[in-house]
Amino acid sequence: MKISFTVNGESMTVDIADENTPLLWVIRDTLNLKGTKFGCGKAACGACTLHVDDEAVRSCSYAVKFAEGKNITTIEGLGERENPHPVQQAWIEEIVPQCGYCQPGFMMATAALLNKVPTPTDEDIDKNIINVCRCGTYYRMRKAIHKAAELHAHRVMNESKEL
Amino acid sequence: MVDKDKGSKKVSRRKFLVRGGLGTIGIVAIGAYIFRNPIRRQILGMVNSIEAPYTDNTDKPMVWFEVTTDNDIILYSPKMEMGQGTFTGIAQMAADELSVSVSQIKVVHAASSTGNVDSFATGGSTSISGLWNPLRELAAMLRVMLLKEAAVKMNVGVDELTVEDGVISGIKKTLTYAQAAEGVENWEVPYVPALKNKKDYKYIGQPIPRVDLDAKVYGDPIFGMDADMPDMLYGSVVRPSKIGSTFVSADITVAENMAGVVKIIVEDDFVGVVANSMIEAEHAKDAITVTWESHENLDTATITKMMTVGNGNSTTIQKNGGAFNEDDDFETLEFRSPIGAHAQIEPNGVVASVEGDSVTIKISTQVVGITRKEVAKRLDLNIEKVNIVPTYLGGGFGRRLHTPYAVQAAVMSKAVGKPVKYFFSRKEEFQHDMFRPPTHHIIKGKLNNDGYLNTLEHEFVSGDVATDSALLSNALTNFLGADVGAIRGGFIQYTAIPNFRAVYWHVILPFATSWWRSLGLLANTFAMESFIDEMAIKAMKNSVEFRLRQIGEEPIDIRLKNVIKAAAEKANYTEEIVDGRAMGFAASIDANTPCAQVAEVSIVDNEIKVHKVTVALDPGLAVNPDQIRAQCEGCVIMGMSAVLYEQMFVDDGELTPTIYGPYQMALMKNAPKEIDVLLLQGKDTPGAVGEPPLGPIGAAIANAVRRLTGERLTQLPLKLSARS
Repeated sequence: MKISFTVNGESMTVDIADENTPLLWVIRDTLNLKGTKFGCGKAACGACTLHVDDEAVRSCSYAVKFAEGKNITTIEGLGERENPHPVQQAWIEEIVPQCGYCQPGFMMATAALLNKVPTPTDEDIDKNIINVCRCGTYYRMRKAIHKAAELHAHRVMNESKEL
Repeated sequence: MVDKDKGSKKVSRRKFLVRGGLGTIGIVAIGAYIFRNPIRRQILGMVNSIEAPYTDNTDKPMVWFEVTTDNDIILYSPKMEMGQGTFTGIAQMAADELSVSVSQIKVVHAASSTGNVDSFATGGSTSISGLWNPLRELAAMLRVMLLKEAAVKMNVGVDELTVEDGVISGIKKTLTYAQAAEGVENWEVPYVPALKNKKDYKYIGQPIPRVDLDAKVYGDPIFGMDADMPDMLYGSVVRPSKIGSTFVSADITVAENMAGVVKIIVEDDFVGVVANSMIEAEHAKDAITVTWESHENLDTATITKMMTVGNGNSTTIQKNGGAFNEDDDFETLEFRSPIGAHAQIEPNGVVASVEGDSVTIKISTQVVGITRKEVAKRLDLNIEKVNIVPTYLGGGFGRRLHTPYAVQAAVMSKAVGKPVKYFFSRKEEFQHDMFRPPTHHIIKGKLNNDGYLNTLEHEFVSGDVATDSALLSNALTNFLGADVGAIRGGFIQYTAIPNFRAVYWHVILPFATSWWRSLGLLANTFAMESFIDEMAIKAMKNSVEFRLRQIGEEPIDIRLKNVIKAAAEKANYTEEIVDGRAMGFAASIDANTPCAQVAEVSIVDNEIKVHKVTVALDPGLAVNPDQIRAQCEGCVIMGMSAVLYEQMFVDDGELTPTIYGPYQMALMKNAPKEIDVLLLQGKDTPGAVGEPPLGPIGAAIANAVRRLTGERLTQLPLKLSARS
């Protein structure tokens, strides 16, 4: 069946044999965007987190048919090297990643959290950032999340000044 | 103690190779033959107090560096990057000896076709310490070679040249390394020049950001799971759910005719499906009925009973004094640790392409050389025809110290004539892990009249860790009498005690167990440092002072005492309970790196909550202090995950649970909000970093709980007894 959606700002239509195929595999294998990771296939680890209409979604357990007409953002569309998203900027400043495999999922989950709660408390972070990292980067991640909130606030302030 | 410098044999000029051109002007690739005694190092590298230099046993040239036309230096790393920061450390080491900026060094994984194959493994916390001398020597040789060519081109003496950031300056003109290399056909290979003095290091010792930071923050496709090949098909391999199953027969009639299925491959030792998509391969796999012959149905209780001191064969690994056979008034405690899973987030996976008599394999692996050999053997090919292209690892932790999946993918690719990609489901990853074996420890001690230990004995039992694996055969355990991995951390570090002994018992389990980051260290240190704490309490002594008094006077002992003092001081260690929080102390030595930790703990809703951990580590010379801190933080969190939450069970012959969540691990909410890392430098060369900080965390937490509740927890994972 044909399914149309927007990925990282680009409108597209894909032809998928099985409409129940997890969105993750369409993103990774059909669209060749490998930043969104496979970890468990059961929405238990969060490595596959991306945004569907600005909500964090674990794409390994989200059938592609539900993405019809939706606006999808992956790590490749979160920010770019010339213009990093505040979450990516904070991740760089705190030197968060170790092996790095789970990190796109964490960054996408964090970006979604900041959209809703611009200055999260530690409790907000504990409650909302529930992905799994085996290298144990949580300590730096928490610092990076607070820093991302600051960077985000600065950016919003500067933007409103410009207006 | 083994003299470390024996490992730093100079690179011989005769063993040096320079390759010009490669079809592109301005490129020079240099390689070297380095002969080592691999077996010796394989053994020694795993033992508690010795560091393993870089190992190889090839007689083929190994390409290390390439100078590109952009004046960058490509560094082909025989060590894999799995998060431990090795790429960054070796870039710093090479940059200093080459006199280039660290940003000019582009570190890539060496494909086996470059010849730069580590015949052992990326593991054992040996990458930086092992490459410290050979890599800097090679880099220095390249610098001298380039300077010599520049001198010829400028018609000046080498002495008149200076070099900075890969630009060679003479009196009148400058040449980049690329320009110096351009067109040179006959390189003069120098003797190994003097290496730089520490005061001249520009990058070594600096906390520079990881060289792979950008790739990992912007989601670049760098992992094994991200590797594709043109016209690739998807494979899947049927695996039994029960322990000890052997394949009898398979009914493939339904699966064969399913949509998207290209071929079903039935081999003597596995059944594989190749299909057009991963989903179709998985569906077809589910439709195959395999008959397995399996063991009687095992359970956790049976495994626990097997894993008890007194079973299997014993070896005394350390002994001093006597007085072990008195059976009067010993203080005795028993400890247990459970089966642990690696649970790395990137599943094992591989993409293989067999074309004629050549094979290309892209894979996340810690063992390039072994994987290459296995593929060549199975397909009956010349090993030179098998090119293993390693990728970044989405976590290693020892899980990828044997990756026979490459063989299966290659067999499937050969059968269909196209590249085949296949990877584990999470359930398979949990059920077919090569686990951290469960352990049991009996520790006995007797205090003298002054309240210090007169006698201390550690008897412990473990399944295979280092041996009976692809890396080391079981014959080695028989030869050495002990599994060199299981005994890590099992030695008694309080060598001022008059009588002490450590006895290792070896039991073979019915399922695969192997290397889990830090090997025996996690469980052994938990047991021993918990016992020491209990003895200090019994002796009514401060546990830090109690430790310090019973450590010897060897150089490693002095370093251990220094980290103990530093951690206690930095954490303001106290044995009082303050605001409902208590501190716990523990220390260990692993691979010649001492580490002490203080955990600050409270009880919240009858759960153990770790607020802060102070780490003092003496890794020797810190090539990249920031990445060493990151390893300490990671070890603290991975360690607390293991000691507070993680446990595999055996139920009706199956290993379980098979998914994150039920296999409980530390999450953000569990991680300490403060991790304070203090680095000491007790020797002037780099030592092991990636595993030693995993030692103390278990006992540090348990000892804090003991102060808070009076309860001595002796089983991992640590659980408080139910309270009203």
